[in-house]
Amino acid sequence: MYDFLTGMEFYRFLKGPMVWFAFIIFTGGSAYRVISLVYRSRNAKVIYTYMDLKYSLRSILHWIIPFASTNMRNHPWMTIITFLFHGCLIFTPVFLLAHNMLIQESWNIAWWTLPERTADAMTFIVIMCVVFFAIRRLVSPEVRFVTSASDFVILSIAAAPFVTGFLAFHHLMIDYRLALNIHILAGEIMLIAIPFTRLSHMLFFWLIRAYTGSDFGAVRHSKDY
Amino acid sequence: MFKVERKPVADLGMDDTAKGLAPERIEKVMRWVLERESDARLRTYVETCIHCGLCSEACHYYLSYKRDPSYAPVSKVRQTLWDILGRKHPADGETVKKYARIAFAECNLCRRCSMYCPFGIDIAYLLALVRRICGLLNVAPQYLQDNTNSHIHTFTQSWVGQDDYVDTLQFLEEELRMDILNARIPLDKTGAEYMYTPHSHEVTFKTHLLANMARILNVAGIDWTMPSTDGWENTNQAMHAGYYETMGMIERKHFEAAFRLKVRRILAGECGHAFRAAVYDGTRWLGWKTPPVPYVSAIQFFYELVRDGRIRIARKIQEPVTVQDPCSFVRNRGLGEMLRYIIRATCEDFREVTPKLEHNYCCCAGGGVINYGPPWKFIRMEGGRIKVRQFRETGAKIVIAPCHSCHKTIEEMSDFYKLGLHVLFANELIVKTMEVPEAMRAVQQKNEGTGGV
Ligand code: SF4
Ligand code: SF4
Ligand code: SF4
Repeated sequence: MYDFLTGMEFYRFLKGPMVWFAFIIFTGGSAYRVISLVYRSRNAKVIYTYMDLKYSLRSILHWIIPFASTNMRNHPWMTIITFLFHGCLIFTPVFLLAHNMLIQESWNIAWWTLPERTADAMTFIVIMCVVFFAIRRLVSPEVRFVTSASDFVILSIAAAPFVTGFLAFHHLMIDYRLALNIHILAGEIMLIAIPFTRLSHMLFFWLIRAYTGSDFGAVRHSKDY
Repeated sequence: MFKVERKPVADLGMDDTAKGLAPERIEKVMRWVLERESDARLRTYVETCIHCGLCSEACHYYLSYKRDPSYAPVSKVRQTLWDILGRKHPADGETVKKYARIAFAECNLCRRCSMYCPFGIDIAYLLALVRRICGLLNVAPQYLQDNTNSHIHTFTQSWVGQDDYVDTLQFLEEELRMDILNARIPLDKTGAEYMYTPHSHEVTFKTHLLANMARILNVAGIDWTMPSTDGWENTNQAMHAGYYETMGMIERKHFEAAFRLKVRRILAGECGHAFRAAVYDGTRWLGWKTPPVPYVSAIQFFYELVRDGRIRIARKIQEPVTVQDPCSFVRNRGLGEMLRYIIRATCEDFREVTPKLEHNYCCCAGGGVINYGPPWKFIRMEGGRIKVRQFRETGAKIVIAPCHSCHKTIEEMSDFYKLGLHVLFANELIVKTMEVPEAMRAVQQKNEGTGGV
């Protein structure tokens, strides 16, 4: 078992067919989730009737710019940590040198990459943020009240690629080949999980905000931030 | 795990009706509401919510109950909808009663939490679905059910028949004529610019409010009328009980009265929920995008009168004044600045509240809670503690509360917590400060331009 997990064969599988599989599930699943929501919303009397582009964008902008909404200003630490977390979570894998080299190897395309030290620091930030979120779930009464096992599972899914990537990069604790293989697998699991777990908030954030923004702005002449 | 504790409350409308409920019927109603009536928002909201708890501080219950986590908006969804959606066995009557208590007595459907959730999840929509389920099972505060029955039988919330209504209008007109020369409360005038819609309390125990409105309309020289038929009142309590069929019927009757009189606009009195039902919920239920007859709130109306000089402010109120932003008019209609314009024009010393405008807290009487009667009064007094603190901080002696629910509960809070606050409707403010031109005064020596109130 150990030999298999650290072996080249498993590595080639993860790097080859499994990557394709993960990407197809991720894109296909996301498209399905979004399209089916857009389609099902037709029947609701109050959704498309009141959608408004200007107020959708106003709402989205106020919630993707740090401190642009009242609640973000009320919780400065949470705001900083959330933005750091999401920023690093998305940018690090996309602009990581090692990932880029793999892509270049396969398709001969490449883009700008992060300096290795920066990427390393960003990975560390993601891990620290996850630790913060986990602790917050346990100690903050209002969060604890609505926390269940699934919340920790989701947090782990998001954390795993970073933890294993970090271990592999620094050759820490476990065998490099093992860390690398688990790292790739973890990344693939995360991609697959996005459309089908509450990680789908990545997809629905935009749609819900657009609706709420339209309702508050265009219909009720009020603000939602 | 945190233990949720609540005072037991005896309410026949919930205790008795929940007792005999068959699980099959509960199941059927839940399916109907959650699978047929609800829309894509339900699942999307529930599945997107990341349980971050950032909506907690939006809720005045959470703040008033010393940050008790079970009062946070998301916690109320957890204790109701998550439970319902995740059920393996059908619920029993006791469980429905538990849901009803949360949906009816721990949320005012004020939508403040939507402004604090990073996704903008509409918790009020979710809890209104729970109310709908409970309502269809007749598990709702008894007083609220009584209001709904009254709507069905008399088309008003408090058993005021059409005869009493017309009688009162005629009496009020006569009385007004002692002050204002040839004052009229024109009934059934076709083609008028405005049809005034009062709260039914304005023809029972708060008649001075109707008289005030008539006085302002006469002094400003507005072309207005009131219907002599049913449909004159639309303080839609059925909306809060989840009796949407009745809610629709009330609004239809109301708009029909306006169609019949061919008025150009409806002038809404100072009732947040009547306004909300007419402009949003009832109108949408009937299939209109916006009200079929333009709907003008009293706040906007007074603002325009003062701005355009159609009435003149003769004297200003000197005592410190503050404001309650009714959710239905401010967070859900953006009339906060107009309200402040009126107050600044009529009061010398206006003390702003924090938070203000659309961020202001609900008074804890909204969503029908004001109408649940004596068994539930403590909910409003306790849930309103944050409101009390807010008013105390302003040091004001007068609160302008242009909504019947807000008004009543703030008066009660003032008694309960010995705040010594005087609560005024916007129309009281106008009548207290407005000039009545010399030529309009009926009895000079008796009337120094004030009267009413
Ligand atoms: S009372 Fe208002 S803030 Fe509290 S849960 Fe209900 S809608 Fe949200
Ligand atoms: S703030 Fe929004 S996402 Fe967070 S717990 Fe509340 S409803 Fe859910
Ligand atoms: S009673 Fe007043 S403050 Fe409270 S929900 Fe209605 S309008 Fe809002």
